[in-house]
Amino acid sequence: MNSLLPAFESAFTKYSLLTAFALVGAITWGSYLVADKLTRGRLHGSAIAIFIGLVLAYLGGVFTGGKNGAADWPVLSGVGLMGGAMLRDLAIVATAFGVRMEELRKGGAVGVAALFTGIFTSFVVGGAVAVAFGYRDAASITTIGAGAATYIVGPVTGAAVGASSEVMALSVAAGLVKAILVMIATPFVAKAIGLNNPRAAMIFGGLMGTNSGVMAGLAATDPKLVPYGAMTATFYTGLGCLLGPSVMFFIVRLIFPS
Amino acid sequence: MAIYGTALLSLCVLVGLALGRWLGALCGLDADIGGVGIAMLLLIFSTDWLHRTGRMKPPTESGIVFWSSVYIPVVVAMAASQNVRAALSGGLMAIVAGTLGVVVCFALVGVFVRAGGAGRQENSEE
Repeated sequence: MNSLLPAFESAFTKYSLLTAFALVGAITWGSYLVADKLTRGRLHGSAIAIFIGLVLAYLGGVFTGGKNGAADWPVLSGVGLMGGAMLRDLAIVATAFGVRMEELRKGGAVGVAALFTGIFTSFVVGGAVAVAFGYRDAASITTIGAGAATYIVGPVTGAAVGASSEVMALSVAAGLVKAILVMIATPFVAKAIGLNNPRAAMIFGGLMGTNSGVMAGLAATDPKLVPYGAMTATFYTGLGCLLGPSVMFFIVRLIFPS
Repeated sequence: MAIYGTALLSLCVLVGLALGRWLGALCGLDADIGGVGIAMLLLIFSTDWLHRTGRMKPPTESGIVFWSSVYIPVVVAMAASQNVRAALSGGLMAIVAGTLGVVVCFALVGVFVRAGGAGRQENSEE
């Protein structure tokens, strides 16, 4: 009897991806049950499941001190693999199966406009907040503005323009806040901003840009819109990394010459 | 065979990401530009061609559809592996910068959708 618990622990840890499938399956089942019974379908089950995932990630970070959320618990390391870049990209590309080419073409031009507007706006807002909090050097302002774009654009830009590591950490934090907020808030604002068709989803992906935020936010709103948002959002981070250390840094340096 | 569909899907992702990296490298970046988007286009074009030439069999399709149907669970796992603690402990400035950016962009989505929506109505009246 004494060896029962260790036996379970070793099996669950060794086959951690299967543990992740079982755990996420259970979370999803519970979430859809709650969405159905308690909110009568007003709140999408996936929105609740994503929220539970974020809470688990927070607890994982607090108890293990790591930076991969719940995946830092050895027995849940499979969650990191299941939600990691490889399977995430495989699943997101698979959602394009069944996408209508004409819908993409219809939203193409406005999607590109949304991309540039989104990157520029995030930089300006993030940079303005940095200035409001007392930063006056171009490298720090640009890096925090870049973090307000995505948590990848932040450190990439910071490294290129020579920002301090403290500022780069802040830019990552700003980007994470954005990603998490988009995940949680999108289903609530979807109706008000007209997010209910493929074209709007492409605009949304281009303006918000944060891959994880866009994917989870749309999944919680209407899974049919996911591929359209992902199509534009996938260009955001690369374009942000391109514009951040060049155009944006140049503009900020004109305003705040050192 | 379902594996044909999954193989095609995997190949699209790999080639798409490689092209995205290459595009990034051309711009002097160690980052991927549009890899997932390119992979999606590859999948759309290749499956469309298979459909048109009658080579797409239901089992092949199921090898792709399965992965798109586990999309939400994968996103839940992704949410569970985010660095939420760092986001919340990043201090007031990080929270203000992130939140304000999201609020402004949400508002802009509404503006873009409405602006284009008006244009589309004019088109349909023609």
